[in-house]
Amino acid sequence: MIKDITLGQYFPGESVIHRIDPRVKIILTLAYIVMLFVAKGPIGYGICLAALIYMIAVSKISLRIILRSMKPLLFIIVFTAILNMFYIPGRILVEFWILRITYEGIETAIYMALRIAMLISGTFVLLTYTTSPIMLTDGIEHLLNPLKKLKFPVHELAMMMTIALRFIPTLIEETDKIMSAQKARGADFESGNLINRARALVPILVPLFISAFRRADELAVAMECRCYRGSVGRTRLKVLKMQPLDYIAICVSLVLCVSIILSAVM
Amino acid sequence: MSTIIEARSLTYTYGVGTPFEHTALDNVSFRIEEGEFVGIIGHTGSGKSTLVQMLNGLVTPSSGEVYFRDKNIHDKDYKLRDMRFKVGLVFQYPEYQLFEETVYRDIAFGPKNMGLSESEIDDRVREAARFTGIREEQLEKSPFELSGGQKRRVAIAGVLAMRPEVLILDEPTSGLDPRGRERILELIKSYHRERGTTVLFVTHSMEDIARTVERLIVLNESKLVLDDIPENVFLKADFLDSIGLDVPQITKVFMLLSEKYGINIPTSVYTVKYAKKIVDELMAKGEIK
Ligand SMILES: Nc1ncnc2c1ncn2[C@@H]1O[C@H](COP(=O)(O)OP(=O)(O)OP(=O)(O)O)[C@@H](O)[C@H]1O
Ligand SMILES: [Mg+2]
Repeated sequence: MIKDITLGQYFPGESVIHRIDPRVKIILTLAYIVMLFVAKGPIGYGICLAALIYMIAVSKISLRIILRSMKPLLFIIVFTAILNMFYIPGRILVEFWILRITYEGIETAIYMALRIAMLISGTFVLLTYTTSPIMLTDGIEHLLNPLKKLKFPVHELAMMMTIALRFIPTLIEETDKIMSAQKARGADFESGNLINRARALVPILVPLFISAFRRADELAVAMECRCYRGSVGRTRLKVLKMQPLDYIAICVSLVLCVSIILSAVM
Repeated sequence: MSTIIEARSLTYTYGVGTPFEHTALDNVSFRIEEGEFVGIIGHTGSGKSTLVQMLNGLVTPSSGEVYFRDKNIHDKDYKLRDMRFKVGLVFQYPEYQLFEETVYRDIAFGPKNMGLSESEIDDRVREAARFTGIREEQLEKSPFELSGGQKRRVAIAGVLAMRPEVLILDEPTSGLDPRGRERILELIKSYHRERGTTVLFVTHSMEDIARTVERLIVLNESKLVLDDIPENVFLKADFLDSIGLDVPQITKVFMLLSEKYGINIPTSVYTVKYAKKIVDELMAKGEIK
């Protein structure tokens, strides 16, 4: 259950996908998302799907993990698909009472479900699963750098994101542990009405908050001990530099994007 | 004596299908008899915590079964929640699970979940507090005002208040000073003596366990490697050393005496009291001065 949340989880590896510059990856992910909405018809979707399958295969992330990451969103996928199925007018396939299902409805429903599923798995594979949180925030910081001129606290924002991402798995693990411990004393999280269930969360939330604050406090002290003062005068251990691989990735993606757009307008 | 808990070929793998796949427990079997005081020992990461969480059904084994009083706890209609009141588990670092406004109410959490009457709960809370050495006036304090060691005792009291038939403690002395350790050990021992409760005591310190338990289960790299009375376990000092465990100081002294100086003494000594007796005897016989 709670362990199924793989958000913020990074699977180390050496694949091509792992090695692409994080800045490039972020841009390409954005392009991928835009393309999913631009794409029309089998050709556009086919290209997106092929790209996705290629990325999954190359990155060696097991299909099981990808399917698991979609589990929490399964409801939304199914829900949008069903809504679409009933509300799109067109040639009627079956009709009963006030409900009618059309050919167009089914088509849209399939595309819709496919789009959401590809959106989720694509961003996971391209970003979180194959990019370490540090690289990811580094990339975001670089991309947002122009905003620094407007006095926008880019570095601070990036640091906050790094920390938040870093602590998601820790908090999940902690929640799991506290839940087990309270279950050992007979806590019941699964039965009863809504109010009872909400009340049953108190024994989890109180220790969780206390430990989160304790961790935050410790981290702040540790950062101060190492004289952290924000971005002023800070240099990097690893400076991001574009490699030939990155240019290749950009070119290939560009070609794919153009073909998707062309297939959509034609 | 009758068997109260039986573990049959328990195996558990974390993160199946991810690059982090790891077998935390590999084909572990044993029986615990009613009233026994058993120590489970193993180095860090050997699977001790995973094992004890299986014994009260919090972790479902990948394969193998757990039997409590001859009933498979993973049967569909088995009431796991009721069983957890009978197999009380004190987690590692239990002080981080306190949540109530007062110590009293935190200790009462378990009994309340059992659906007991107010007066019965009051009885149990006070008894558990007495056992763990929590003073009357501390009961109305917030648990977060207490010291680490005191919090630990409150958490243990919270499990004792359920009056479990089996008490499992996962490293109850870790992170405490010698005096704090001594007090926790003492309270567990006296609880075992007075109530006759079956106790499973998890630790990675031989020193803690040597003076306390009647039987030792040794885990190494997810496998059960020894299951015997302490004397026999400590005879295998070299083996224990090779799996990252230590024998008690006093045993080491006796081994040295026997090996280096050829003094004819048993090397399975593991309590200072017993050691003193032997030395006294030898002195009386005039073999040593
Ligand atoms: N939630 C988890 N996910 C993945 N692996 C885990 C998880 N919990 C434990 N493990 C792994 O399982 C193994 C056994 O862990 P366990 O906590 O049972 O060890 P332990 O003997 O209790 O150690 P310690 O003395 O440190 O408490 C360890 O190698 C650990 O890395
Ligand atoms: Mg442990």
